[in-house]
Amino acid sequence: MNLRPDPTFHASPKLAMQAPVENYAFTVMLSPDGSQSDGIAVIDLKPDSETYGQIVHQVIVPNKGDEFHHFGWNACSSSLSPLSGHAFLERRYLIVPGIRSSRIYVIDVKEPLKAHIHKTIEPEELFAKTGYSRPHTIHCGPEGIYVSCLGGGGADGTDGPPGIFIMDCETFDIIGRYEMDRGKQDKHYDFWWNLPQDYMVSSEWGLPPQFENGIVPEDLLSNKYGHSIHFWDLRARKNIQTMDFGENYQMALEIRPAHDPTKSYGFCGVVVDTTNLQGAIFTWWRDENGTWQSKKTITIDPRPEKPENLPPLLQGFEAVPPLVTDIDLSLDDKYLYVACWGLGEMHQYDVSDPMNPVLAGKVEVGGIARGTKHPNGKDFAYGPQMVEISRDGKRVYWTNSLYSTWDDQFYPNDAGGQMVMARVGENGGFELDKDFYIDFPEGLRSHQIRLEGGDCSTDSFCYPSV
Amino acid sequence: MSDLNTVAALWWAVIFSGLYHGLNPGMGWPLAVSAALMERRHQALPKAFALLATGHFLAMIGILLPFSLMFFLVELELEIRVGAGLIVVAMGIYLLINRRHPKYLARIHPARLTLWSFLAAMAHGAGLMLVPIFLGICAIGAEETGHLAAQALMGANVMTAFNVAAVHTLSMTVAGSVIATIIYFWLGLKFLSKTWFNLDLVWALSLIAVGLFGLYSAYFGH
Repeated sequence: MNLRPDPTFHASPKLAMQAPVENYAFTVMLSPDGSQSDGIAVIDLKPDSETYGQIVHQVIVPNKGDEFHHFGWNACSSSLSPLSGHAFLERRYLIVPGIRSSRIYVIDVKEPLKAHIHKTIEPEELFAKTGYSRPHTIHCGPEGIYVSCLGGGGADGTDGPPGIFIMDCETFDIIGRYEMDRGKQDKHYDFWWNLPQDYMVSSEWGLPPQFENGIVPEDLLSNKYGHSIHFWDLRARKNIQTMDFGENYQMALEIRPAHDPTKSYGFCGVVVDTTNLQGAIFTWWRDENGTWQSKKTITIDPRPEKPENLPPLLQGFEAVPPLVTDIDLSLDDKYLYVACWGLGEMHQYDVSDPMNPVLAGKVEVGGIARGTKHPNGKDFAYGPQMVEISRDGKRVYWTNSLYSTWDDQFYPNDAGGQMVMARVGENGGFELDKDFYIDFPEGLRSHQIRLEGGDCSTDSFCYPSV
Repeated sequence: MSDLNTVAALWWAVIFSGLYHGLNPGMGWPLAVSAALMERRHQALPKAFALLATGHFLAMIGILLPFSLMFFLVELELEIRVGAGLIVVAMGIYLLINRRHPKYLARIHPARLTLWSFLAAMAHGAGLMLVPIFLGICAIGAEETGHLAAQALMGANVMTAFNVAAVHTLSMTVAGSVIATIIYFWLGLKFLSKTWFNLDLVWALSLIAVGLFGLYSAYFGH
């Protein structure tokens, strides 16, 4: 316990943007076949440092086959809310789940260069206390640390619905399930919320048999992946509305609410529209009657391609689908970054008017049947994937791996993990920095990135920017 | 004369404890700032304080009233005051050892400020902090009006409980409003994290100190 709030607690999004910039990034390193242990790479981001843009420390876990994917902080700016009752936590621990093993590591990064494992929660404990498996998204919230799980009970995770569980934010003990009334929710992926307005939104990928051994084409073509998002009364733990985008909108993944807590809208990225292979972004909002609405506000077209240039999975379509696999919203709610993992493009949309996004910038790197090289002349495997924006909105970082088995289906000839960074122009637009290119250690791929002091997909705020 | 001085001192203690509670962020002033910013209206600030004050007042009276009803048992005055002092000390020691925050506070909707304020005051023993002071005031009253019927004495004590809770809540609201207003209008949110101290330890020690004072005054004072 501190006597003062943690220096990385920012009362409002605006104050977070004005705070000192990030000195380190923490990026997942995963072994796709479980032959090596996974870990967290600590990357030096201090521009005047001799080791700038290099991996300066690695936390390698003792087990194999965890498959790290998403992870998050034990505490974010929302802890400043007096309602949270734990305003004096430190933003100090990364909660890192193994999506394949269901094991959870708590890593102490107070001193980034000496980051180490603080606690390990074995899968058996998670199964016994929650009946969930395959933990995924982490957010610090009112009652502790919330973790979404992609699987229910049983060996293949289909015994009972998946959901969210809560961990104690000080002891990291698993407390139990979050849901009191889950309504129609039977799949899970991402979730986020607006704390003062007391709502939560959750999304759907698919059940473990639909992703663990690779994408199941028959399930995709018969629209069996998730295509709904769920709105919750956050503190009552109750599903108040399920919104179906339409069954052709397969895999409604990342939920990005506006950061300013006075706003009642946000975005959700859909991987693929099975009627035309487009990628799509929906804007969702609450109308005057308190009912949630949504509208498709961005579509991204597939690119025609000769079958011989395509992986077997896509040859029948003669096209490269955009595959919108991650989106991220800058803290000023101005720019939405959209990773088109199939096309090999990162898009930047000006979403100042959330109902009418305007394409403001585009970076090409990697991509199916294209493989655009990085400006430094090196290869970029796969396509742009997990994206993280610096708090000040000036730097955009991303990595390249989607998910072990899916990488191999969509990019059978690629290998390697990379992390790159683009610089955002004063009036929009963005370009890759040719001097920032991290090649991950042999055999390891990269996934989610977290920035020291918080980032744009971590922090929830209880005070509006004024 | 010395009784009058003591009574005055005790009333000042009621006022000071109010100011102390008001300045403590744990009693809710940051919530009032948040409410005003969320609604983007200045008027939301006094409204939020009215709600917080209501909850706090109810929590105070909820603790003081049972003691005021009990206190007509004049012959048990010493026992009651010692018991009250021990309860307050125990609460302080409990908060000192159990440094965790009550989770149920996090489950209250952010707009339900009265309920939040009531429960926050209860959970932190804010009402208990007033008990030894209140009993001190009642004890002097009892001495002066010793010849009165028990009924009248009880009535007087109930009045005192309401007065103590009201004066305390008023001074708390004044202190909280001053700091919230300064931050809302002039200093800005940046000062929220600068002015916010973790008072948990000081708070627990305050309870112990007030409880010990209660014990001391029961034996040696009035």
